[in-house]
Amino acid sequence: MTALDKSVQEAAVEHEDLEHADNDKTPLGHGRMLRKEDPRFIRGMGRYVDDLQLNGMLHLAILRSPVAHANIVSIDVSAAQAHPKVKAVITGADLAAQGLAWMPTLSNDVQAVLATDRVRFQGQEVAFVVAEDRYSARDALELIDVEYDVLPPVVDVRKALAPDAEVIRTDLEGKKDNHCFDWETGDKDATEAVFAKADVVVKQDIVYPRVHPAPMETCGCVADYERVSGQLTLWTTSQAPHAHRTVYALVSGLPEHKIRVIAPDIGGGFGNKVPIYPGYVCAIVASLVIGKPVKWMEDRTENLVSTGFARDYVMQGEIAATKEGKILAIRTHVLADHGAFNGTAAPIKYPAGFFGVFTGSYDLEAAYCSMTAVYTNKAPGGVAYACSFRITEAVYLVERIVDCLAYELEMDPVELRKKNFIQPDQFPYTTKTGWVYDSGDYERAMDVALEMAGYDDLRREQEEKRAKGELMGIGVAFFTEAVGAGPRKDMDILGLGMADGSELRVHPTGKAVLRVSCMSQGQGHETTFAQIVAEEIGIPVADIQVVNGDTDQTPFGLGTYGSRSTPVSGAAAALVARKVRDKAQIIASGMLEVSVADLEWQKGSFQVKGDPGRSVTIQDIAMRAHGAGDLPEGIEGGLEAQICYNPSNLTYPFGAYICVVDIDPGTAEVKVRRFVAVDDCGTRINPMIIEGQVHGGLTDGIGMALMEMISFDEDGNCIAGSLMDYLIPTALETPHWETGHTVTPSPHHPIGAKGVGESATVGSPPAIVNAVVDALKPYGIRHADMPLTPSRVWDAMQGHPTPPI
Amino acid sequence: MQVTMTVNGESVTREVEGRMLLVHFLRDELGLTGTHWGCDTSNCGTCVTWMDGEPVKSCTVLAAMAGGREVRTVEGLEKDGVLDPVQEGFMRCHGLQCGFCTPGMMLTARALLDRNPHPTEQEIREAISGQICRCTGYTTIVRSILWAAEHPDGPTPAAAEPETAGSAS
Repeated sequence: MTALDKSVQEAAVEHEDLEHADNDKTPLGHGRMLRKEDPRFIRGMGRYVDDLQLNGMLHLAILRSPVAHANIVSIDVSAAQAHPKVKAVITGADLAAQGLAWMPTLSNDVQAVLATDRVRFQGQEVAFVVAEDRYSARDALELIDVEYDVLPPVVDVRKALAPDAEVIRTDLEGKKDNHCFDWETGDKDATEAVFAKADVVVKQDIVYPRVHPAPMETCGCVADYERVSGQLTLWTTSQAPHAHRTVYALVSGLPEHKIRVIAPDIGGGFGNKVPIYPGYVCAIVASLVIGKPVKWMEDRTENLVSTGFARDYVMQGEIAATKEGKILAIRTHVLADHGAFNGTAAPIKYPAGFFGVFTGSYDLEAAYCSMTAVYTNKAPGGVAYACSFRITEAVYLVERIVDCLAYELEMDPVELRKKNFIQPDQFPYTTKTGWVYDSGDYERAMDVALEMAGYDDLRREQEEKRAKGELMGIGVAFFTEAVGAGPRKDMDILGLGMADGSELRVHPTGKAVLRVSCMSQGQGHETTFAQIVAEEIGIPVADIQVVNGDTDQTPFGLGTYGSRSTPVSGAAAALVARKVRDKAQIIASGMLEVSVADLEWQKGSFQVKGDPGRSVTIQDIAMRAHGAGDLPEGIEGGLEAQICYNPSNLTYPFGAYICVVDIDPGTAEVKVRRFVAVDDCGTRINPMIIEGQVHGGLTDGIGMALMEMISFDEDGNCIAGSLMDYLIPTALETPHWETGHTVTPSPHHPIGAKGVGESATVGSPPAIVNAVVDALKPYGIRHADMPLTPSRVWDAMQGHPTPPI
Repeated sequence: MQVTMTVNGESVTREVEGRMLLVHFLRDELGLTGTHWGCDTSNCGTCVTWMDGEPVKSCTVLAAMAGGREVRTVEGLEKDGVLDPVQEGFMRCHGLQCGFCTPGMMLTARALLDRNPHPTEQEIREAISGQICRCTGYTTIVRSILWAAEHPDGPTPAAAEPETAGSAS
C-alpha cells in the first residue's frame, strides 16, 4: 500500500467513525472523545451572560446614531429621565466630564464610548439609559431627542482619500484627511525585476467584501461594582478576559486587582468577541455610578451594525510566471477599509495582521505588497470572523489569482499548484515576505483530496455536462495558515505579550484541575485541554477539570482568537503537565528508593527500569506529595505547577480543498454539491472536535462566498442590519461535508499540534469561488467577486461581472 | 395582565405586560434560560419552544398568546432523569459546539421525529432550515437527529456508560 493509499484509507475510516462517534476506549489522552461540556448544553443548562440574574439588577440600552456622519447639535434627555422606571440617562458630555468619553482600541487608535461632538457611523453609541427592566430601558431611548447636523458621509473606500472627502477623524489633532496607515512587505525592486522578465503577467482586481461573524449569541455583559469593597465583577462575552481586564483598568482607573472579568459560556465568538465595545464600558460606568449590577445585551441589529466586522479589502493582484507555469512572483496593492476607528485586533506590529502570507503555499522568487488603510463612515473593526489575522484575505487573493493564471495558461489548476508547491525538504521555509513556515507536505494533502473527490472523474463529468449546456464547476484551493500568535518578541496587543499561562494542580486523590488563560466559545476546551494533560500525565480525562474564562481563577494570557488556543495555551497545558510529571518522578524515586534515572514513565505510573513489578501510579504519588512522611530532599509538598508559554514561532497548518458546484442556468443559483476538505493541523488531539471545527469553517465559507455581505447605501446606511438582510447559511445551502486529513507535526510545538479553528474559514471561500468561476468558463469569465448571489452570478453570465463595492 | 399557561407540565400564572414576549416570559419570569434569544426577526431559531405540540419561535409570540396553552422547553425534554434520544444523539454525534442554537434545534428535531419517525437527510435539513447554527455546519446535527431516529428508545444499556469524557471512570 502506498503512503497515499494509506492516507486515503485513514481519511475514509475517520469518516466512518464519525458517523457513530463515541468515547475513545483509552481515555488517557488524545483520541476521539465525547465532550465534557455537552451534558449541560443538551439540558439547556449552559450559562450565558444573558442568563445571569442578580438582585437589584438594572438594564441598560444604548441610543445609536441613525445617520452615518453628523455633528451633534443638541441632546435633550429630560423626557427620558422623567420616565418612572429610568435610573439614569448618560450622554457623551457626561462621560467626557469624567474623562471616560474615549477609550483605546486594540490598535492604539481611540474610539468614542459615547459620541461627544460628532457621530461617525450609523449605529454609533450616542447615549445610554439604565432602567428597572429591559423593556423600559428601550422605551426611554425613544424619549431622547437628538438634533443632528448631517455631514456628507465617506462610504466608497476608493474615494476616502479624495481631496474633497469630508474628514472623519476631526478628533485627531491636525488630521486633514482620512488616511489611516500605510504598510508594505516584501521587496519592491526585486519583485519589479522578476515581473519584467516574466513570460506571463496576470492582473486581477479582487474584492473581499465586508462581512460579519454574527455569532448566535450577541455581545453583552453584566457589570457589578460593589462600592464597599471597590470590587468590579464583569460577566461578559469575551474571547480574551485577561486582556480585557487590563484595558478596563487603564480606562476606568480602577486598580486591576479589583477587577474580575468572567466569561461564562459563550454562544459563539468567531472574533466578534475580541474587541472591547462601548457597551461594556457603559455598563461598567453605570454600575459605578448607580452602585447596582447593570446588564447590557445588544440586539441583533446592534450586533450587525456596530460590532467587529471583518475583511473589507479591495485588492489589486498581479502574478508573474513562465509560460510553462512556474510562478515567479506575486505583487499586490490593497486598499483597506477600517471604518470610523481603527479597531483592528491584531498584534500591534502587524497593522495588516498576517496578510504577509499572501505568497501562499508556493516557492516564489519575489513578492511585494503595499497597503493603504483609510477611515470611512462605517463601523470599526476589521479582524474577526475566524480570519486568522487577515490570512483569510491573503489566501483568497493568492488562490484566486493562481486560478486566474491557470485560466490564462489553459492549465489545470491542480497541475499549476503542484508545479509550484514548497517541497517537504524545503522546510523550515522562509517566504519572500519573511515568514518561516515550520513544516508541510503539500502535495500529499492535495493527493488525498484529489483521491477523495475523484477529481479525474469529476472533470470527465464536467466535460459531458458542458457539452449539454449544463453548468458544473470544480474549484480547488490550497492554503497555508500562520496561527498561534505569537512569539512575544514580535507580538503584543497594547503592550501585552502574546504568551499564555497554564496552571495544573493534582489533588491528593489524584484528581486534577487545569487552569488555562484561553477561553472557549464552543471549541470544547474543557475536553481538549483535559486530553492534552491526560496524555502527558496519565490521569484519566474524566478526572481532570478545566477552568477557563475567569481572571481571578486563571493565569494571565491573551485569549482565544487567531486559532491560538491549541498552539499557545495547548502547549502551555502540555508543558505544565510535564513539569508536574518531573516532580512526580522525583517523589516516585523516593517512594521506590531508586534514583530518578532508574525510573521510566509508563503512561500513568513510574516503574523501575527492568522491574515492572515495582511501580507507583501518579495517584499514589499525588497522595504522597500531600501526605505525611518525608519527601526527597529539596522537594516541597504538593503536586502542582504553573508556567507561561512563549511560542518560538507561529505554527503553519495547511489544507487542500475541492468544491463542486452546479449552477442553474435559468436562475443563476449556485448549489454546492460536494465539498472535500483535507486538513493538516499537525498532531490531532480530538479528531471529532477537529472535524466539527472544520465543518463550521466550511459553512462560514459558503456564507461569505455565496451570501454574506455587510453593505451600505450611498448615505452610509447599513442595509444588512438583520438576519433577513444578512443571510447566513442554513442546512439547506450546506452540503454533507467530506473531510480527510494528513498529519505533519509542528517541529517546535511541544506536542506537534498546529491549531485548526480557522483553517476552513480561510480555505473554503477561494475553493467555492474558484468552482463558480470554473462553472462559468463557457461564458469567458475569469473572475467574479463574492458574494456570488444569483443576481451577481446572473450579471456575470450576461458578461458584466461587477465588484460588490 | 394575568397569564396562565402550562410549562413543561406545570401550571404557571404570572402578572405580565401585554407586550411581553414568550421568550422573555420563559427566561426572565420563570428562569428557564435554556430558551435563547438571538435575532428578533424569527430567522435564527435559538428561541424555538413548543406551543401545543408545535414548534414556535418564542421571540415572535406574546406571552399572552400562550395563555391556556401547553408550552414545552428544552428543560422539559429530559423525563425522570432519562434523556430524550434527541439529546443523546446531539451529545454522541457532536451535534453542538457553543450550545446556543442547540435547545431550539433539539425541540424542532423532536417535533419532526414525532410526526415522521424515519426522516431522510433531506427531510431533516428542511425541518431545521428555519434555524441557524454558526458552529457545526449542520452535518453533525443531521447525524444527531438520524441517531435519535435510529434509537427511539435511547442507547442500548451496554452503551449507556460512560457517556462523555466528564463522566466518572
